[in-house]
Amino acid sequence: MTDTTQSEMTDNDQEKTIYDELPDAPPKKTLKLTWTGKLGVVVVAFWVIMAVIGPWVAPYDQAEILDMDSYLPPGAEIDGGGTHWLGSDKNERDILSRIMWGARMTVGISFIATLLAYMLGVTAGIAAAVKKGWTDMILSRINDAILSLPTIMLGLLIVVALGSSIPILIFTAAVIYASSVYRIARAYGQEIMVMDYVESAQARGETIWWIIFREVLPNAAMPLATDFGLRLVFVVLFISSLSFLGLGIQPPNADWGSMVRGNLEAMQFAEGFGAWAPIWPALAIASFTIAINLIVDDISAKSGGDLAKKMI
Amino acid sequence: MQRMVFQRILIGIVTLWVVSVLVFLMTNALPGDVAQIVLGQSATPESLAAYRAERGLDQPLLFQYFGWLGDMLTGNLGTSKAGGATISSLIAGRLGNTMFLAALVAVISVPLSVALGLLAAMYPGTWIDRALTFGTLALISVPDFFIATFAVLFLAVNLGWLPAIANVAPENTFWEMARGIAMPLIVLVIVVAAQMIRMTRAGILNVMNSPYIEMAILKGVRRKRIILRHAFFNTIGPIVNVIALNLAYLVSGVVIVETIFSYPGLAKLMIDGVQTRDLPLVQACAMIFCGTYVVLIILADVAAILANPRLRNPK
Repeated sequence: MTDTTQSEMTDNDQEKTIYDELPDAPPKKTLKLTWTGKLGVVVVAFWVIMAVIGPWVAPYDQAEILDMDSYLPPGAEIDGGGTHWLGSDKNERDILSRIMWGARMTVGISFIATLLAYMLGVTAGIAAAVKKGWTDMILSRINDAILSLPTIMLGLLIVVALGSSIPILIFTAAVIYASSVYRIARAYGQEIMVMDYVESAQARGETIWWIIFREVLPNAAMPLATDFGLRLVFVVLFISSLSFLGLGIQPPNADWGSMVRGNLEAMQFAEGFGAWAPIWPALAIASFTIAINLIVDDISAKSGGDLAKKMI
Repeated sequence: MQRMVFQRILIGIVTLWVVSVLVFLMTNALPGDVAQIVLGQSATPESLAAYRAERGLDQPLLFQYFGWLGDMLTGNLGTSKAGGATISSLIAGRLGNTMFLAALVAVISVPLSVALGLLAAMYPGTWIDRALTFGTLALISVPDFFIATFAVLFLAVNLGWLPAIANVAPENTFWEMARGIAMPLIVLVIVVAAQMIRMTRAGILNVMNSPYIEMAILKGVRRKRIILRHAFFNTIGPIVNVIALNLAYLVSGVVIVETIFSYPGLAKLMIDGVQTRDLPLVQACAMIFCGTYVVLIILADVAAILANPRLRNPK
């Protein structure tokens, strides 16, 4: 018994190697990142680690008032010893420490919201693709209604109705971005449901759950995973925009969007590089979102090798 | 074709209706008593009851909705919480400012981004294409307020060319107005153009994969001619679609930009309303913004239908 399996496996392996050597074999799916993609991975990893350990490695507490002067320039000495590496903010707090604390809020909340959006969107999307009929009809119409509103308007409406707290923020972002996940998941689900292998599974008499977990989800996983990065960028932008408008994460919690807003006046009043107080948190957001986009760009650039590219 | 356009417009009207239901439900069915929220904690029971009777809050929700919808359609938007001015008069002053800004942004950004998108598509892989693709990628992945903050830092603080606050008042001279509106204008043009450049470039490179372009290449037609004569005209449909979609995107762009520059537009009014929980005001502004958004998206779809010869000339 063991012997047969062994020999079958070697047979399979051999077949595979022969197949790989054919001139028209499909390209191997190894992901090689360019240097921009690698840079993106490093930056994203840095912020994710910071979201986990930030509060422990930050030199000061996010709410600790340290000096008598606000908007000190980067490198300024603190009265009790120590340095403001990125200066101090409006309320004499250390900006570097607040950015480190803020990673947990901005990156963490966005990540949870995106995950939740995926759970909602993929469940509804696959359900619509598999059940078809009324389920599809109702879910798709609700989805159209959500997609027909600008996201920031929806956010504003929910905040004015329910107020602003972290669970509500996560819920809002998840519902809004679940609608675009739904569209993608439904499209892939429909595409996979008419494949021969699904038909043969149905003919074999497999249950609907078996088909969903063994055929539909594994085949839709890769494109959905690529999309996750882009969706995360949108959620970060959405949540920090709401925070910037003063309607997102509330003080004293440090969060990059509200830090930009809170220190905006520094640009008119502070001297020298103290005026950069709102720039540092803005740079933190930009580095995170650009880095994700660089990775996604690298992955999606792998698909395609067309004539237009050869013309170069 | 007429049937398709008609169908699309019909769907648009239904969407607008659904949007009105959403806006009404979200702001009216909120937890707690609307009268209490609008009048505040210090309201007496008598004034609460009077407010409820006046706004019809003691009636069933369905009645309230149709009453509200009727008021919206006839322009009777109620009175604002602050100051008691009618909302229509508040909005009338601000709407013009926002439309003026949006129109200027459209006039500048559309030709600019189509030209730059074409340029990038004409010389793919060269430094000019790389600079444009990387630059626009960076711009679309950062928040709008990031671009605005940097614009203030360089143009207003370091160089001192433009004021950081958009002070637009009717009594200002033309020059003062132009200086006041310059900063929000620049930021919005950058935000909108970045997206349009990328989509124009992608649209043209997409057409470059079609068999007739391959034929032209094999015939030995020069690349500039292929793009300007063969590819560009077949991309006009998608490009018009992209333009309409991005102008719809302006709706969220103005919210941030008007706030950061204190530009006296509709979005600023709405954000102020959100902060003071001025429900009738927020509802009215939200309906205007969402309505504009839906109309622009319908226009985008109709443009796509009109631009496709297969839909335009059915057999």
